[in-house]
Amino acid sequence: MSRVPCAIVGSGNIGTDLMEKLVRSDVLELRAVVGIDPDSEGLRRARERGFDATWEGVDWLLERADEFAIVFEATSAWVHRQNAPRYEQAGLRAIDLTPAKLGPLVVPPVNLAEHLDAANVNLITCGGQATVPIVHAVSRVADVPYAEIVSTVASRSAGPGTRQNIDEFTKTTSSALVEVGGASFGKAIMILNPAEPPILMRNTVFCALGDGYDADAVAASILDVVAEVAAYVPGYRLKAEPVFEEDTYRTPGGTVSARVVTLLEVEGAGDYFPPYAGNLDIMTASAVRVGEAMASALVAA
Amino acid sequence: MTTPRFRLTDSTLRDGSHAIAHRFTVDEVRKVVAALDVAGVPVIEVSHGDGLGGSSFNYGFSATDEMDLVRVAAETATRAKIAVLMLPGIGIKEDLHRAREAGASVARIATHCTEADISAQHIALAKELGMEAVGFLMMAHMIAPEELVEQAKLMESYGADCVYVVDSAGAMTIDDARRRVAALKAGLSCEVGIHAHNNLSLAVANSLGALEEGVDQVDGCTTGLGAGAGNCPTEILVAACERSGIPTGVDPLAVMDAAEEVVRPIKPVQGVIDRDGLLLGYAGVYGSFLLHSKRAAERYGVDAKDILLELGRRKVVGGQEDMIIDVAVELQRKAAEAAAR
Repeated sequence: MSRVPCAIVGSGNIGTDLMEKLVRSDVLELRAVVGIDPDSEGLRRARERGFDATWEGVDWLLERADEFAIVFEATSAWVHRQNAPRYEQAGLRAIDLTPAKLGPLVVPPVNLAEHLDAANVNLITCGGQATVPIVHAVSRVADVPYAEIVSTVASRSAGPGTRQNIDEFTKTTSSALVEVGGASFGKAIMILNPAEPPILMRNTVFCALGDGYDADAVAASILDVVAEVAAYVPGYRLKAEPVFEEDTYRTPGGTVSARVVTLLEVEGAGDYFPPYAGNLDIMTASAVRVGEAMASALVAA
Repeated sequence: MTTPRFRLTDSTLRDGSHAIAHRFTVDEVRKVVAALDVAGVPVIEVSHGDGLGGSSFNYGFSATDEMDLVRVAAETATRAKIAVLMLPGIGIKEDLHRAREAGASVARIATHCTEADISAQHIALAKELGMEAVGFLMMAHMIAPEELVEQAKLMESYGADCVYVVDSAGAMTIDDARRRVAALKAGLSCEVGIHAHNNLSLAVANSLGALEEGVDQVDGCTTGLGAGAGNCPTEILVAACERSGIPTGVDPLAVMDAAEEVVRPIKPVQGVIDRDGLLLGYAGVYGSFLLHSKRAAERYGVDAKDILLELGRRKVVGGQEDMIIDVAVELQRKAAEAAAR
């Protein structure tokens, strides 16, 4: 089977880690890495690997758009907003790793199948990729009036984009807990921890449980989805079995008498980022998963 | 009246919120603000203990919407300015807009002491909204004075009118507090503040030490009502300052009345220096973890002391209350494994 040709736009950390992962794909054929800085480390590595590595930006890509089917956007929300209409016009599918949120929000174990023919899909945030599957796992077997996540990442793994736009993280992730996860209300909290050596990414997911929930069914559903995510993010794991706590909780979605707490850790694959940066790894690993599914659908069509 | 040597901010209705599990009522806020306003306290902070947007599973849900509390505080105060706290990553800019509309005029933007750069947008927004902007460097005991100055300079560059040395764990000795305040005074053009906790019974002493280094703003909480082992008690700070010849602009007897008659009847569920409170200061753990750790200890049948020591070892930062469950579950599992052997 011939592989589906793709390109990465953005030669920073995310684009470079994504390149290291795409090299291994049996479905996608990475042909080009597009940057704007001739001296960037990412473009240098791309050239070493034998890919077209251009610093002429997306114009270069659009001039030969018919040589590509899928483009991974690893720039910034602002840049993606400029590029997205041009990709669509050129017939290129876009997988957006920025917080631009132009296309549907996609989390592989939840709704990937629904969006395989979308012109543009968005991967939300690292915290969203890590926690929305859990909210979905609970909401498919119980009523979830409110979900809340706490995402803690090593300071060193949070780049200037994240730091200057931390509200974008919390707001985008909150909305995904509802829109994709299936909770009635959502809240996301992000914490940066500067400890040395750097901590692995940690996520805690709290789901309020409506009356009449089946704890065994909830726990089993969570374990299933963790295995599904771990299939494409090998370092994604539970720190403990899901914990059920009973008390009176006055949540924004109403007062409930129980919650389930899921404690997660994400260790990165160490492709380009060090293993502590599970937050970055889960974004690029999810992008590959989405890209491969889209590519398979294209080939089948 | 002599010009006050520093500006006092009373945080009973924000930091004190931790000590009563975020259950302040509109009525309590009205009474506390009225009493402190009469006593001449110039700034009164009102928010969820973890700042705007803190109402959550992780930190505890507010019994009353904090915006209602800010509004009633602003309506009640005749002289005092109303301040709010917000932690980027927990609260969002919209919260600051709403607090401004509710009558807050001072925005205190808090980050962990090494992460000042996440406050740029929020400090800038506070200034845009015509508010006074205060940078709040939490857990400041964790880094050296020279490093703290670099972070404080970032906040000043974003537009902060004052940057605080915040001893969130109550872990600073008098020397620790003085050196950090002195470093900020020397390195910044804007004002410098001190926010002290009482885990080592040094909150008033640290504030007096900071005053000797020229600190411009000092925080207190009436009766010390606050996270962990409590804060620098406002009425004691005022009395000690007056005895030391440091003018405060606050009426010592009126603030003592506020403490005894208005705040003391609000029964805290924490806020004394018991063993766990002391351990926070000793192990350098964020003060607001105390009540949550005590609850988790009870739920999982483990010792709060062990939870706090492990949190200290893991170097958790403010906001990571979720790690309390993580640690408690792990301790419970280890205890069960040990019992099975």
